[in-house]
Parts: sequence; C-alpha cells; structure tokens
Amino acid sequence: MEPALRDPAKALDEQLPPLTPHAAAVEADRCLYCYDAPCTHACPTHIDIPRFIKKIASNNLHGSAATIYASNLLGATCARVCPVQELCEGACVLGADHKPIAIGRLQRFAMDHASRSGHHPAVKAKPTGRSIALIGAGPAGLSCAGELALRGHHAKIFERRPMPGGLSTYGIIALREPVEVALEEARMIEKLGVEFKTGVEFGSDVLLGELQQQFDVVVLSVGLGSTPSLEIEGEDAIVDGLEFIEASKTAPASLRVGRNVIVIGAGNTAVDCATIARRLGAERVTMVYRRTDREMTCYEHEYDFARKEGIEFRFLAQPSRVLVNDGKPVGLECLRVELGLPDQSGRPAPRPVGGSEFVIAADQIVKAVGQQKQALAARLGLATKRGFIAVDDGFQTSVAGVYAIGDCIRSHGAASTVMAVEDGKLAAAAIDRQFISLSASASAPLEVS
Amino acid sequence: MADLRINFAGIKSPNPFWLASAPPANSGAQIHKAFEAGWGGVVWKTIGAPVLNVSNRYGAWHHGRERMLAINNVELISDRPIEINLREIAEIKRAWPDRAVIVSAMVESRPEAWREIVERIEDTGADGIELNYGCPHGMSERGMGSAIGQVPEYCERITRWVMEAATIPVIMKLTPNITNIVLPARAGVAAGANALSLINTINSIVGVDLNTLELTPSIGGKGGHGGYAGPAVKPIALNMLAALGTDEVVAKSGIPISGMGGIANWQDAAQFLLLGASSLQVCTAVMHYGYRIIEDLCDGLSNWMDEKGFKTVAEVSGHSLHRVSEFKNLDLSYRAVARIDAGKCIKCNLCYIACNDTAHQCIDLVSPEGVLVEPHAYDVRSNGKQDATETRPQPVVREADCVGCRLCYNVCPVDECIAMVEVPSGRSAVTWGELAQNQTPVTEDWDAMKDYRGKVGIDIH
Repeated sequence: MEPALRDPAKALDEQLPPLTPHAAAVEADRCLYCYDAPCTHACPTHIDIPRFIKKIASNNLHGSAATIYASNLLGATCARVCPVQELCEGACVLGADHKPIAIGRLQRFAMDHASRSGHHPAVKAKPTGRSIALIGAGPAGLSCAGELALRGHHAKIFERRPMPGGLSTYGIIALREPVEVALEEARMIEKLGVEFKTGVEFGSDVLLGELQQQFDVVVLSVGLGSTPSLEIEGEDAIVDGLEFIEASKTAPASLRVGRNVIVIGAGNTAVDCATIARRLGAERVTMVYRRTDREMTCYEHEYDFARKEGIEFRFLAQPSRVLVNDGKPVGLECLRVELGLPDQSGRPAPRPVGGSEFVIAADQIVKAVGQQKQALAARLGLATKRGFIAVDDGFQTSVAGVYAIGDCIRSHGAASTVMAVEDGKLAAAAIDRQFISLSASASAPLEVS
Repeated sequence: MADLRINFAGIKSPNPFWLASAPPANSGAQIHKAFEAGWGGVVWKTIGAPVLNVSNRYGAWHHGRERMLAINNVELISDRPIEINLREIAEIKRAWPDRAVIVSAMVESRPEAWREIVERIEDTGADGIELNYGCPHGMSERGMGSAIGQVPEYCERITRWVMEAATIPVIMKLTPNITNIVLPARAGVAAGANALSLINTINSIVGVDLNTLELTPSIGGKGGHGGYAGPAVKPIALNMLAALGTDEVVAKSGIPISGMGGIANWQDAAQFLLLGASSLQVCTAVMHYGYRIIEDLCDGLSNWMDEKGFKTVAEVSGHSLHRVSEFKNLDLSYRAVARIDAGKCIKCNLCYIACNDTAHQCIDLVSPEGVLVEPHAYDVRSNGKQDATETRPQPVVREADCVGCRLCYNVCPVDECIAMVEVPSGRSAVTWGELAQNQTPVTEDWDAMKDYRGKVGIDIH
C-alpha cells in the first residue's frame, strides 16, 4: 500500500481494474443463470442480471449492455458506485457457501464495452410534443430525462453547476468513479435528445412558475443540501467534506491536505474524505464519531476498506471546539460520550460527559456528517414528509404537474445512486402514463362522435 | 490392496490401462516416458500404409470453462517410416518386458498385405495386434479404416486373413459409425478374433468459425469430418460396450473386450469394467493432461475396488451387465418422485423453470409464509439483499403430480439437494412386455389403454 501512496498523480485512480475479457468470461460462466433471480430482485432498478451475464458468456456484449440499459440508463455509474454487497451480490445464491458472482465488475465490463463501441440506447419513439423540465442533472434527473426521451418526450435539464452528473461527478471519490465516467454518461443522455442548461440557479435564474408555463411537467431532482453546522467554536476552520471530495475530483492540484487530518463523521462520505486525505499524503487520518463502530452509517465493506487504508478511529467522542492558532486548526477538543437508550433513529443516544474534554491534535479537520434537507419545499409551498419533499406513488408532489425524485424525497431508506436512478425511471413511466391518459381523455369526445 | 493385473486374451499387463492407438503412442521415446509414468500397456499408433498429414488436424469442443470435452482429429495413421516404428516397437518391448505392447495395423485390403504386416509385427516381439477398422477420415476414403468396420462381411474376411497368419493375440477394433455395433462384433467372433476393442472415433464436425465462416479448424480454408473422442463420447461408448456384453452371440463366445471412449478418470474406468471391458484404453485425457494421469487412474481404481471388496479386475469386469435391460422389461409400476432438501437448496429456481417450462409442471414456489406464489411476484419497489433473500420463495415438489422424470435432479447445481425417492405406486409390478403378451389390446388401442389406466389407477395429467 505505501508505495502506491507516494505517487499522488495515481493515488486516486479507479481502485478496481477492469476485468480482462478472460476474467469476465470465467466469471460469467460461473453464474448459474437463476430463474427469477434474487440478484435482480435485490437491484433497485431490477436489471435482468443473469441475462446480461449470460450474454457476456456468449460473447454478445452489445446485447449484454442493452439488457442493462433496458433497466438502468446509468449502468456505468451503478457498476462502480453501487454497494453491491448490500444489493445484487449480497443476494447471490452462490454467496452462502462460496463466493458471489462479481456482478458489479461484470456490469462494468459490459458498460465499458458499450462505451468503447458506442452501442448506447437510441430513441425509437416518435416525438410526442410533450415537454418536461428537470431541475438537477444528478443521477435521478439524468435517468428520468433519458427515460422520457426514449418515450419521445422532450426533456430539458437545468443544472446549477458547470458540469452535469451531480454527486457522480462531484461527490463520489474518484477511486470509485472517475469524473470522466459520469460525464460520458451525461453525454449519452444528451445524445438521446435531452437538452442541458448548466450554470442555472433554480429559484433565481429560473423560477418554477415560468417552467410550469413553458413545460407540461416539472421534475425536481435537486438532491440534498449542504453539510449541517456542528454549532461549535472555531467551525470556520473546518473543511466541508463534500467540497473536499469535489476538489479532489475537479481540481486535485489545488487540494490542500494536512499531515494530521481529522474527519468528523462515520458515513460513506466520511470514509471517502478520510481515504482522500490518506492517499494524498496525510500521515495520520482519524475518523471521529460520537457513537461506536456498531452504529456507524457507512457500509461494513467501507469500514473494512478504511481500516485497510490505515485510517484510525476515535469512537465515543463528541467534537466540542476547534483549537485554532493563527487562523489554522491545531486540534479538535472533544467530550467523551456515553451511550444511552435508543433515540428516534433507533440507535443508542449519545450523551456527552461533562468535564471530560480531551484534545486530538490535527492540522486539518474535515466534516462529513450528512447533508441537510432542502429548504426548497417550503419555499415552493410543497408538502413535506419528515422534512423531505412529499410525493405520491407516482412521484407527484402536492402540486399537480410537479414531480420530485432522488435524495430530496428519500424520507426513508438509504439515499443511493441506484435508488435515484430507479426513481427517475419510475417517475418517467408515471409521467408518460399521465400523458397517455390526458391524450385519451382529450380525444375521447372524438371517439364518441 | 486390489490386484490390478490383467490377462487379456493372453496379453499380460500390470494394470488394465493402455495408451490407445493414437498420438500419445506415436514413438518409442513417448512410450518409454509413459511406461515410466506407470502405464500398463500401449497400443502403438497404427502402422501400415504410407500417409502424409495436414496442419490444424485437431479440433475440439469446449463448453463453458471446460476445455476439450471432446477432440476431433483428421490425423492419419503413423506418418513415420514403418521401419523406424518396427525398430522402436522391438526396443520398447525388450526394455519393458512386463508391459503390454500391442501394435495397431491398417493396410490395403489384400491378403498378402495383411500377412506381411502381421509377420513384420510379430518379428518385433510385440504381445498382440489390433486391427484398425475404425478411422473415419482419410484412410476410409482409401478403402481402409471405417470403410472396413462399417461392413461386417469385410471385417470377417480380413480378420480371417489375419488369423491365418497370426500367432499372437489379435484384437479387432470396432467403429461406432455404424447402426448396429453387434453385427461387426459377431463378424469378429465368427472370424476367430481373440478379442474386440471399442470404440474408435465418431464422425464429427466441430464447428464453423463465425468470423471467417470457415470450418473449425480450417485447413487452408477447408475442413471436413474428423474423428470425435473424449469425455463427451463416453455414454455412447458405454452403450456400445453393453450392447456387446448383452448380445447372445458375442457374450456366449467369451471374447474379451478392451473398452475405450472418453475414459478420463478412474470412475469412468470402473464403469467400463462394470459393463464388460477387461482392459481399458485412454487417449484424449492423456492428450489433455499428459501421461501423469495414470497415477490416479490406478490409485483411484484400486481404492474403489478395496472399498467395494473386489480383489481383481476380472471380478469387476461385467459385474453390472445383468442390470442392462430393454425398455420392455422395465417395471412400469416403479415410482420415484423428486424431493428437494430445503436445507441444502440455494433457491436458484433452475428446477422450477425446467419443470414448469419443459417437464410436468409439478414444482411450486412457496413463500416463507407458506403461501403459493408466482415467480417475479415481488413489488417493484422492493429491493436489497434482505428483501431478496428473506422473501425468496422455496421450490417445492407437488409429489402427487410428480412423474419422477428426474429433470430437476439433473439441473440442480447443488450436490445431493434433490433426491429421487422411491415411493409405493400401489400397483403390482408389470412390464410393457408382459402387458403386450397378456393384455395385448392395452398396448395397441387407446380406449383399452384408458380402461386399463382407470383400473390400475394411472393418472396422466
């Protein structure tokens, strides 16, 4: 591990190499071709996994990629970022007493083939004349826009950032998904006829009312907000975790990494931040978390990965103050925590012990303690559920013609790329059904006469 | 320790495993290596008429990751000068007196040609001669090999010529490229051959290259049928072996049979012995892995014989032949049903789809709550490994409707997960032969069949 750390240019290269054609064929042949397969059930987008794998085995790679796209337009991203241990691979029937099929890596093999050969989905439907505005070019928005385009509808995405892709582009460590993969996927969606307008702030540059007038439907796929404040002294000296990851992907040369780094939080983003710090030269990286490893929100395989990276953990510690010298952090003061009875989240409530202050030295502190819910819903007057935008079974908000998908509606369950992709797909189908029923009722009098 | 020695038509060998007449038995240097590895004998690659070979002469059939489930070849008999072969045969026999050295021969169909080759072989001190009536390619176009083996009269006539000349044991090798293997075997018996061997290779074309659209392998743009051998042909070989062992004429003659065709391990070997072989020949498995496989062939066979209480190979030979029967003698009242061991089942549903699409629609899916469910019944919003595994239904056989076809047993990827369990049918044992004889209308008329089924309680759904 150490020698690899010394070449910063390659420190964040994609972690897993692509499967060689031979390795892919061997693995594909190992798949049993289950019927009504549990991997397909476990996949939130229900990709017909045995089918795409057997097409790798039969060397029908175009067909394999098409099978994936039929259920998931963002197959290239999902192949890389999905927590497969919790989804498809976790459900593989070979996992019980052997080794599950490497579904994620096989999917990437098929997607890489599609990318090299240009065998992407193509629109066969005739233009319907219907138009949809989508806010946010993250996975949910891209998936929804692509699915709508495939049905002949015109979709236009408004994105506030300069590049599309959302967290795929900006928020997932390059080790798992390089920027180029996310951008190429967005280009594929663009080729389906989806229009992109980047650098547009929803709510100021463009307003909901305008969009409602210009488009038949508006879809909000705005994701979540910024990292919440810790409300502690010296917080200005703390680096925001999402910005830290973003810099590592879009401007790695300008990213400053301390020698002794603390990451506050214990979710997957926190592990990503710690990994970046470690790989880009930090001598010591400590993740500080107020509960214990039993309550961490990162996936188990992420925790294992972090430990192998040499990242240290300080559990049962509640940050209380950033020690600052000359405007720069020199340490994090924490309170020792005791765990009490389960709180609303079902996990033991952390209780800081008064007078138990201790200091962990650090020259850089990164916080990755989740993302705030969007304030957007209240501003637009949309009904909410536990602070998230409330939607019905068809992803329609409390305002007719306005839909919402992705992390901004994820009031329960884990926010993940693949769930966002599925939202986009299901919402597109619901919107399409809505259009069809509208056309039917509009033409109904004609049929009667 | 089981005694692996054999005496096959007077040819003695320290174990029953011989290299078949084929590329692994092409030269003295190779056979020297094989004997060092422990092979009991060799049937020297066929000598006789002059030939020239081509490149790309071996094709193969692979399936999944499994390489060379079968090999297909258009290699001819030995292309080495006959004098060199004869000299090396003599040298090998002198160096390895305890091993069986048999020489395969194939010449033009003239009595003088056969007499001459027999005499030259005997001069080497070889233990026996095998008559190659089997090669299905090249030589057959010149009136040799399978061109002889496919015509019982030719087999008999040439074997008679050979028997007149030979003083050492003669083995007549049969081609499988024939409708009824028994007929050439009877011809061999009639001609007085000392032994039979089977099977030679089967006519085959391996495939077509989907890029070049040429045959695989392509020999300068062309190809054609070759001889097929290897693990994939074993069941065909076993059937032909059993056909000889159960034929009245062949069996009564007591003629020993050297079995071959896809023997890759000791388990295959034991099966050939059980169905009547008393020596065994191996080629493709050696071409795949080298002479070293002889160690486990002997070791595994010996251990199995010890376990089963067989003291000699001769005791094993033909032990299961009495189990070979015809359909008309099978008990129509024997009933077995499939049972799935839920503890071992991994719920791949391969049994379910095989049964429901292609067999008798008697495997159901039962949810963890005990409710019958259809496949793909989960809600589209359900996902994750917990949902997928905890709600996954269990395939269960509806025994009343199971005809015991055994398809599920065959497709199940888990060892000993599905068992075929004998259950009482409630009917007295009866065979088709008995029905045909005692209740003839039942076997000839659908209405009578319907009445019969109603009477004995056979329900076809």
